[in-house]
Amino acid sequence: MLKLDQGLIAQGDFQLRADFTLEAGRNYAVIGPSGAGKSTLLAALCGFVPLAAGKLLWEGRDITDAAPGARPMTMLFQDNNLFPHLSVLQNVALGLRPDFRIVAKDKEQIMAALTQVALADYAQVKPGKLSGGQQSRVALARVLVQARPLVLLDEPFAALGPALRNEMLDLLKATIAQTGAAMVMVTHAPEDVRRIADEVIFVEGGQALAPRPAGALMDDPPPELRAYLG
Amino acid sequence: MAQGAVAISRVSISPKTGISAALLVLALILLALVAVLSRADASTGLGAGDWAAIRFTVAQAACSSVLSVLLAVPVARALARRRFIGRGALVTLLGAPFILPVIVAVLGLLTVFGRSGWINGALEALGLPTVSIYGFHGVVLAHVFFNMPLATRLLLQGWQTIPAERFRLSAQLRLTPRAMFRAVELPMLGQVVPGALALVFVICLTSFAVALTLGGGPRATTIELAIYQAFRFDFDLGRAALLSLVQLVLAGGIALLALRFVPMVSVGGGLDRLMPRWDAQGGMQRVVDAGVITLAALFLLVPLAAVVMRGLLGLPVMPVSVYHAAGVSVAVALGSIIVLLALALPMAGWIVSRKGGGMEAIGLLGLSASPLMIGTGWFIVINPYADPFDFALPVTVLVNAMMALPFALRILVPPMRDAVQAYGRLSVMLGVTGWKLWQVLLLPRLRRQIGFAAGLTGALSMGDLGVIALFADPERVTLPLQMVRLMGAYQMDAAAGAALVLLVLSLGVFWICDKGGRGCAET
Amino acid sequence: MKYLTFATATLAATAAMSDTPELTVYTYDSFVSEWGPGPAIEKAFEETCACDLKMVGLGDGAALLARLKLEGARTDADVVMGLDTALIAAAKETGLFTETSVSAEYTLPVEWTDPVFAPYDWGYFAFVHNKSLDTVPANFKELAESDLKIVIQDPRSSTPGLGLLLWVKAAYGDEAPAIWEALADNVVTVTKGWSEAYGLFLEGEADMVLSYTTSPAYHLIAEEDDSKAAAAFDEGHFMQIEVVGALAGSDQPELAKEFLNFMVSDAAQTILPTTNWMYPAVTPSAGLPAGFETLTVPEKALDIAVQDVPAIREEALAEWLKALSQ
Repeated sequence: MLKLDQGLIAQGDFQLRADFTLEAGRNYAVIGPSGAGKSTLLAALCGFVPLAAGKLLWEGRDITDAAPGARPMTMLFQDNNLFPHLSVLQNVALGLRPDFRIVAKDKEQIMAALTQVALADYAQVKPGKLSGGQQSRVALARVLVQARPLVLLDEPFAALGPALRNEMLDLLKATIAQTGAAMVMVTHAPEDVRRIADEVIFVEGGQALAPRPAGALMDDPPPELRAYLG
Repeated sequence: MAQGAVAISRVSISPKTGISAALLVLALILLALVAVLSRADASTGLGAGDWAAIRFTVAQAACSSVLSVLLAVPVARALARRRFIGRGALVTLLGAPFILPVIVAVLGLLTVFGRSGWINGALEALGLPTVSIYGFHGVVLAHVFFNMPLATRLLLQGWQTIPAERFRLSAQLRLTPRAMFRAVELPMLGQVVPGALALVFVICLTSFAVALTLGGGPRATTIELAIYQAFRFDFDLGRAALLSLVQLVLAGGIALLALRFVPMVSVGGGLDRLMPRWDAQGGMQRVVDAGVITLAALFLLVPLAAVVMRGLLGLPVMPVSVYHAAGVSVAVALGSIIVLLALALPMAGWIVSRKGGGMEAIGLLGLSASPLMIGTGWFIVINPYADPFDFALPVTVLVNAMMALPFALRILVPPMRDAVQAYGRLSVMLGVTGWKLWQVLLLPRLRRQIGFAAGLTGALSMGDLGVIALFADPERVTLPLQMVRLMGAYQMDAAAGAALVLLVLSLGVFWICDKGGRGCAET
Repeated sequence: MKYLTFATATLAATAAMSDTPELTVYTYDSFVSEWGPGPAIEKAFEETCACDLKMVGLGDGAALLARLKLEGARTDADVVMGLDTALIAAAKETGLFTETSVSAEYTLPVEWTDPVFAPYDWGYFAFVHNKSLDTVPANFKELAESDLKIVIQDPRSSTPGLGLLLWVKAAYGDEAPAIWEALADNVVTVTKGWSEAYGLFLEGEADMVLSYTTSPAYHLIAEEDDSKAAAAFDEGHFMQIEVVGALAGSDQPELAKEFLNFMVSDAAQTILPTTNWMYPAVTPSAGLPAGFETLTVPEKALDIAVQDVPAIREEALAEWLKALSQ
């Protein structure tokens, strides 16, 4: 589905090589030491960081130079996922109608998404009034209405407590499954990997290794991964 | 997440120094006013002519400020999202019209728009009817020439405070330009525009020579002209004080009104990631931006080029005394910068620590007070005790700093509010307060803005004639005064040369401070 | 600032110790500028007076008077130089000036008998134009009927502007409002002061500018440019006489009187025409400088008695505002 062909990401002295293919509807976790380039890898997939070499193909179509918005994916960042001065409804609406022109039918869909993340009552509230978990759920509702075939997440729930994080991960998994999208999530936590991922991309030593089945990998990690997991 | 932090700011900045600075400014203005009143005899009060002047002043200031800021929006927007060769120079030159002595700028404008100017020359050559610059529209045109570039700089700074994360989010949500404007740019404008409007309004409120010269006659009488007349020709101090008070109340009222509407929602803190922009890559938008930048640059640069050309011709006949005067002016500018920072930083801190932004209006009072009133008032205060000449430089430095205060506050307050909202909580947790807070958080975060404010103050102070005329020390003539003296002695060419020196020095001071603030970062 | 105060104090002390008397003269800016008469006058006077002449430039004539009123009797000035006929009445009203009975063989077009103020130079107001101008109007009415554009100064902020107001009033009396109404469409604009107006004229914004009959002398003598001329109006031209007076509170009354006498002496009068670009109040023994003979000489000199100026000014100003504000 998404093929990164002989990709090279270069930023100053930093270099990261990657060559892998992601399949539709699968859940991938990206793990690796801090500074290994996990976030950068996602930014490159999403188009925020250009590829220094190699190609990015979506279903055979070359999207190496496509603008971020023109790629069939969406991304949740570590923070700043919402516009603070727009209401919850407006923030979600932007995922559906990037021109703000919401018709009645759109509103139904948005409210449905908000209901699904249990925030229907907060439609007119500004994000500043919400808790961290609630803010994450708004962002998830937007992912839901965006319905892109690939969702990238850069440690989106890092700031949440364990129980809340698990709750969010489950909600995320359900949401993604509902849209049939594939998911790539950067995370630090091995338990997240077990909870959500089908396959794991391990990033280390300037290299993003091709995805390996999560269960097998976590049960019997190679030496580098073992060193990372500790 | 930064968005949750709205109400935490009040704990972290001590308001004491800021309140003292604000009180000092208030005292300087009010004491001058009281001093003038103390010497007033029976006054004639305000006549029909004065009311006409008040109406005209408010009308032209309202028109000029709205137009200046409206036109500045597309220019700042285009400059914020385009990179091209000469962009840095253009951004620096945005400060130029504002710091030129009025008469120099007016002559530059007339070279282009005047009766025998380039535009009318071209119209005549094409067999078209000529247009006259003189009238209400001329006043507005000149004020837009002076203030639109300034407003552009203020708005551009607003664009720079938008965190890169917002643009990233917009890009990946595929926001249309219109939606992007509404979701990202409009909220920022909501924070920046009211202050910019108030500032330009107050600047235009005290306009005098521009309004009279381009207004085409006594129809274009402003309050400041009436104050001038009351002081200089009628010596009616009561009327002068009354008119000054009207001016202060108008400016203060507008400032309070505008600043009340500045929303307190922060644009949000970002992580200073340097990121390219992905929006507005469409062909049409490129064309529009290029057009906007070209038009603005022409409007700005052509009259400036006229000033420079005239100045180059005058340089050879310029006397040595101009360089002495330039030295004095540079010293005054440096002094003003120091005093300004001592006033503006604590005041900005105080304003940020309050819920509303209304107190910023105190800063605007300094600008809206007639320089003639301040000068005369302080002359009356000092004269019985000491030779006013001994106070020429300190008074000039202080008043120049005060005139620059509202600009500095406008520049410093919004980003300081952001910094405090984003990192204030962190600072409190770390026990960073007082001077340490300035050292660790505020000064480094606001480096760029402090540089900009200092540069603007230096440049403004170089070109200012305000009070120096009354306190003019025969031994230490400033450059603008020297230029006026040259003009008064038929030395128009030498005066043009002096104006060029003034322009270059002002821009130099501005550029050094601004560059120093920006460091190596790209604007 | 401590340094400055200290320096001033030291200087003052030095002056006191060396026993050189100091004479402080308040005057207008352009007098003390290096092209003005200031430097030469100072040099010439100090050669004879064994004193230190300190000239302080303070804006224009009106600013000078306002400054004096602010300082009142406390003023440091011994002499004020640069008030003109339009300001004399107001200056006398302050009661700060003293009679000095300076006299000389004035070559003014009018009799001068004022015991307080001594005239040191004078000129006629006139509209200056380029010689290339096709038809030069011969009076205000012709000017008003023509398509010519003029730039004038505001009588509320400028001495020449006030001079023009009094000129029209002296020439036309009650007809003055009609003249102003007729002139309204000729006035391109009104400026704050003389420099702005003259700058606008040189820039080509107007065909004529209100200045002095002696202005072309500057261009001719200092710039060797004979393209400028002053239009002769047959109603006559209003005069501006610049005067110098001594202050009653001066601690150097003798020196002040000496300075006034010096200003009407040959030494000073020779300096003034080509530095202040006005006619000398007493034609020097060597005559007028070369070039002055080319100047327009009005057939009739107009003036208004100094004591009548305040009332006439108020009336004329109201008429002017009404005519030009329509």
